[in-house]
Amino acid sequence: MHATTPQQTMIRADEAQITAAFYDLNEHDHPEGGSTMLGFWIYLMSDCLIFAMLFAAYGVLGGNFAAGPGPRDLFELPLVALNTAMLLFSSITYGFAMLAMERGKAGQTITWLLVTAGFGAAFLSIELYEFANLIHEGATPMRSGFLTAFFSLVGTHGLHVTFGLVWLFTLVAQIAAKGLIAANRRRLMCLSLFWHFLDVIWIGVFTFVYLMGMLR
Amino acid sequence: MAIEAVDHAHWSPLLGRLGLDAIPQEPIVLATFAVVVLGGVAMLAALTYFRLWGYLWKEWFTSVDHKKIGVMYMALGLVMFLRGFADAVMMRIQQAMAFNGNEGYLNSHHYDQIFTAHGVIMIFFVAMPFVTGLMNYIVPLQIGARDVSFPFLNNFSFWMTTAGAVLVMMSLFVGEFAQTGWLAYPPLSNLAYSPWVGVDYYIWALQIAGVGTLLSGVNLIATIVKMRCPGMTMMRMPIFTWTALCTNILIVAAFPVLTAVLCMLTVDRYLGFNFFTNDFGGNAMMYVNLIWIWGHPEVYILILPIFGVFSEITSTFCGKRLFGYSSMVYATLVITILSYVVWLHHFFTMGSGASVNSFFGITTMVISIPTGAKLFNWLFTMYRGRIRFELPMMWTVAFMLTFVVGGMTGVLLAVPPADFVLHNSLFLIAHFHNVIIGGVVFGVFAAINYWWPKAFGFRLNQFWGKVSFWCWVTGFWFAFMPLYVLGLMGVTRRMRVFDDPSLQVWFGIAAFGAFLIALGIGAMLIQFAVSIRNREALRDETGDPWDGRTLEWSTSSPPPEYNFAFTPIVHDIDAWADMKACKVARPLGGFRPIHMPKGTGTGVILAGLSTALGFAMIWYIWWLAALSFVGIIGYAIVHTFNYRRDYHIPAATVAETEAARTRRLAAAGA
Amino acid sequence: MFALAASAYRAIMRDPESPQKPRFLRASFRTLAALALMGALAACNSVVLRPAGDVARQQSDLVVVSTVLMLIIIVPVMALTVFFAWRYRASNSAAEYQPDWDHSTQLELVIWAAPLLIIICLGALTWVGTHLLDPYRAIGRLDEHTPVAPDARPLEIDVVALDWKWLFIYPEQGVATVNELVVPTGRPLQFRITSSSVMNSFYVPAMAGQIYAMPGMETRLHAVMNRPVTSVGFSANYSGAGFSNMRFPVRALGSDGFDRWIGEVRATGVKPQPAGRPADDVVPGDPPVPMLGGTLDRAAYLTLEKPSEKVPSIRFAAVDPQLYDAVVNMCVEPGKMCTSEMMAIDMRGGLGKAGIRNVSMLAYDKHGRQATLAAKANPGEAVRRELAWVRALCARAPGKTPDGTVRPPLDPRALGGAGLPAPGTAQSRAPASASFPLLSRN
Repeated sequence: MHATTPQQTMIRADEAQITAAFYDLNEHDHPEGGSTMLGFWIYLMSDCLIFAMLFAAYGVLGGNFAAGPGPRDLFELPLVALNTAMLLFSSITYGFAMLAMERGKAGQTITWLLVTAGFGAAFLSIELYEFANLIHEGATPMRSGFLTAFFSLVGTHGLHVTFGLVWLFTLVAQIAAKGLIAANRRRLMCLSLFWHFLDVIWIGVFTFVYLMGMLR
Repeated sequence: MAIEAVDHAHWSPLLGRLGLDAIPQEPIVLATFAVVVLGGVAMLAALTYFRLWGYLWKEWFTSVDHKKIGVMYMALGLVMFLRGFADAVMMRIQQAMAFNGNEGYLNSHHYDQIFTAHGVIMIFFVAMPFVTGLMNYIVPLQIGARDVSFPFLNNFSFWMTTAGAVLVMMSLFVGEFAQTGWLAYPPLSNLAYSPWVGVDYYIWALQIAGVGTLLSGVNLIATIVKMRCPGMTMMRMPIFTWTALCTNILIVAAFPVLTAVLCMLTVDRYLGFNFFTNDFGGNAMMYVNLIWIWGHPEVYILILPIFGVFSEITSTFCGKRLFGYSSMVYATLVITILSYVVWLHHFFTMGSGASVNSFFGITTMVISIPTGAKLFNWLFTMYRGRIRFELPMMWTVAFMLTFVVGGMTGVLLAVPPADFVLHNSLFLIAHFHNVIIGGVVFGVFAAINYWWPKAFGFRLNQFWGKVSFWCWVTGFWFAFMPLYVLGLMGVTRRMRVFDDPSLQVWFGIAAFGAFLIALGIGAMLIQFAVSIRNREALRDETGDPWDGRTLEWSTSSPPPEYNFAFTPIVHDIDAWADMKACKVARPLGGFRPIHMPKGTGTGVILAGLSTALGFAMIWYIWWLAALSFVGIIGYAIVHTFNYRRDYHIPAATVAETEAARTRRLAAAGA
Repeated sequence: MFALAASAYRAIMRDPESPQKPRFLRASFRTLAALALMGALAACNSVVLRPAGDVARQQSDLVVVSTVLMLIIIVPVMALTVFFAWRYRASNSAAEYQPDWDHSTQLELVIWAAPLLIIICLGALTWVGTHLLDPYRAIGRLDEHTPVAPDARPLEIDVVALDWKWLFIYPEQGVATVNELVVPTGRPLQFRITSSSVMNSFYVPAMAGQIYAMPGMETRLHAVMNRPVTSVGFSANYSGAGFSNMRFPVRALGSDGFDRWIGEVRATGVKPQPAGRPADDVVPGDPPVPMLGGTLDRAAYLTLEKPSEKVPSIRFAAVDPQLYDAVVNMCVEPGKMCTSEMMAIDMRGGLGKAGIRNVSMLAYDKHGRQATLAAKANPGEAVRRELAWVRALCARAPGKTPDGTVRPPLDPRALGGAGLPAPGTAQSRAPASASFPLLSRN
């Protein structure tokens, strides 16, 4: 960490050259949003930590049925499998939307986004149906530690999907209004990260909560 | 089940559980309320009379300039510091009085709120804004950038932090604050044992402020990673920027945990969930674990940037390169990582096994190794230096002498059997005030004295600064050394009354210390006022009053909106010292238009709506909660339809600004 | 003063983990330790550093030894700071000035190695000390010279933190006290500790370090009192409005004195005694102070459990032997399912959908302190409310419930506590050295 050689060589150089060595005199505008993907990715990691906490809480409370029902008594795997399929399909169709965006086709992008929204809405409806059923039977989140952790984890994921849908419709409107301009492409990329992230979380939920719950 | 809880107090659809009984009856609170209302009205009137509203709104509130946001953070920290200190003084007086059957002047309802509020305010709304403010102001300047990565987000983060502070302040006059201690352990903080609004104020204030903190963490990481000027490799970053990077990594990796755990407490309280309840298979110990998984990194979030501040100051005022730059960097990284594996030392007494306890005890001690290395690095930076004892350096030496004592007692508390006898005692209180005041607070004052000329273009008054310094340092020792002694006498924290009269003398000394600190704070406020009045005499035109070494000193004081007319290129660690050594001439022509972000009022509006949401949730005013929630989402969506968020500062304006600086430099240099 | 320095010295000599140091260093440490603790000892008698119990004494020794170990590095650093600050001040032009000197491998080695060595010593000390002084581990010695006799039976005391007072149950003697702890000297003590509502911390500084008292859970503490002493104990963890007065006198008596005291408790404990005034902010107004005494049974406990402050000592001549277990398992109130039972059922996979509506028998304090108070004020009502469920469950009679939802659990043995050691067996009293409270509720 000693004084570097450029320093010594430049002392003898011409003053203008020195200035040019220490100041970027031909600077161009930095493209806007250069840090957006990194920033959004960091945000997603922090969101991931929230899910990690909910998974941890489920790990601690997951066996506390409070002399009530456990996973085997409550979960209907075929329904959850259908649900999982909906979310996975929505991820695929979002991928098609991104491909259309790459080709610069705004109309196709919007169409695929709407298909994605359809699958997302189907996922949410099935989840709400499941929740409504459980609550109707009396298996409310207030009933036991296990149900509290279950509803919180799955519900938080569902809330994220809901926000994803709101965002998606906003983007559809924005693409319709402005086309696939750089800002909108960037937003599509962010939503893409978000959407696939929710998919990954759901795979964790499906495995850890539902499948392993049935084995419990 | 939440419905039944509502029944504890009256509830109406329009006002929720808000009623006349929400106004506290304690005369102290009423008097404070009157003073605050009168002061507030006077201030608002003055702002209106001098027609400052437009100026404040346009130039400050809606500004996305990281420098202005940094200054606003510091102002917020200072205001909340006065509130937090008032709480401290009230506790000191109560504890000095309440002996021999004397109940003191505070009942438990009031006193228990005060110690909770003191902790919450000092950590979340004093230390955090100070630290975030410093990072906001300094980091972009140090890395030769013109703003942060996400300027609007920065403004939004600030206002969210402010919204949290507003809610805490509101709790003083409308309802109550939590009576749980600053971490609100359940079951005490659950609805069963804290049925009214105190804990809800706590939850929503922290949750809203936490959003701001998290986003500003994301922002600063992206800024430091992406926006460094050419030539500034990671190992050429100034130490303060390094510590800021590590701090923000800690923020991003710790605050989601707080968000999650507060959400769990929220659903427990609002919806009758069973995360932390005694019955139905809840587990309160999970809360204690989770909150400290956030809480311990939080301590390092506060102290790491301050280590950076001291590194900058030591190097500058010793007129010397920092000793052991790379070992300083590695020490910072090691502390960052280790701070995640020590949380259990906050509750050795919960009855984990001996192996678990000793594991966490030893990891805690290991942190003292990199911390010790840092201390030695500062020490050997002083060695063979030319130390100028300006105020920042005085604070630094005071820090080094104070902090080691706090560090020592900290390691002591990390020995589990020792912790069994000292946990929750006043010894513990003395320890963490020793590191937080001796570290963070001294560091913030050093930083204020150091960077004030950069921010405002004039130095701070020396005399009043020294008065403040000596009052603070002696006041600190008087206020907290007795607490070490009391801890060894087996006195527990959060006590309101005492029955052993032999303790009173020590509390008397501590109260005297608090009085000295009050004088120190007074002197500091006078220092600011006197300096602002005599600013022409204290003016610094060079932009580099201390013979600084890092890039922020290469631009004018205060820096122009665009920070640097030309982005600097870095060849060495102390980039500005290097430039001075090479006698680099400032470029005087060839300016180009500079691309800058535009101000926006969205941050203020969203934070205002969040405050309304928090208030509505606290008081169970469901219609307002729904309305403000829809408002937040709706306004955020509307905001995204605005694509014109930037503008160019014309080259002519840049040229004019720089020419004015050339004239001032010439006048000062002559 | 000397006693303290000497004890630090003894601790160093006794501890095989501590490094051997040259004699002059050892002497200077003693001086330093003395100086550092001068302030603490000058004007007061520090109960933490001069306790009456052997466990607390060993803990305080660790405090002193650790302090001394750290002073090895702290004192030179402080001295160097002052010295460098003075020597290299700007006005001293005689001092050497090397603005570009910023690296020295040897120095770096020293500044990382020196703290590392100290931490290695301290870490070893911590590992050994933590295991030896684990509160869950039965003590092995009465003091430095006396090991515990192999056939010695510890005196068991069950501690319950109530709002805001302490209940002590002496199962061996069959008596109980509130806010009065008396122990014999020279006999190992084993505390089982729990709480009725919120987290507290049981701490008698003269005897041993603290341990949390948590509702629905049990923590343990092993200790001994070495000399007769009068001292205090208290909650060290904030627990609500009455926390400041949650203190109790502690007396250590010789074994004769202790037996006499037990006799006194048996004699005076039959009389009704005032159970303390209710806390102001819990129950408004000033209802009559309930009188307690005689036998501490479940009904008396439910009265006692109500929040109250500044409670004078209360003695009970007899105590329901099942009471403490019921308190830990949150089932003192009639009609409540014990958590041990609930956990046993959970281990077997729960009660299925049939158990969904068994809510009230599990509710402990969910409806708030006031609601709990109201419920507990009239235990008979709770009984009536839950009777159907309890009958159906205990009779293991599916189909007999009002709506026919109760069906047999997967394994009815669970209802008899299958999977749990029977109360009072050797297994259940074994030192829970490997116990993780975090997992114990699963």
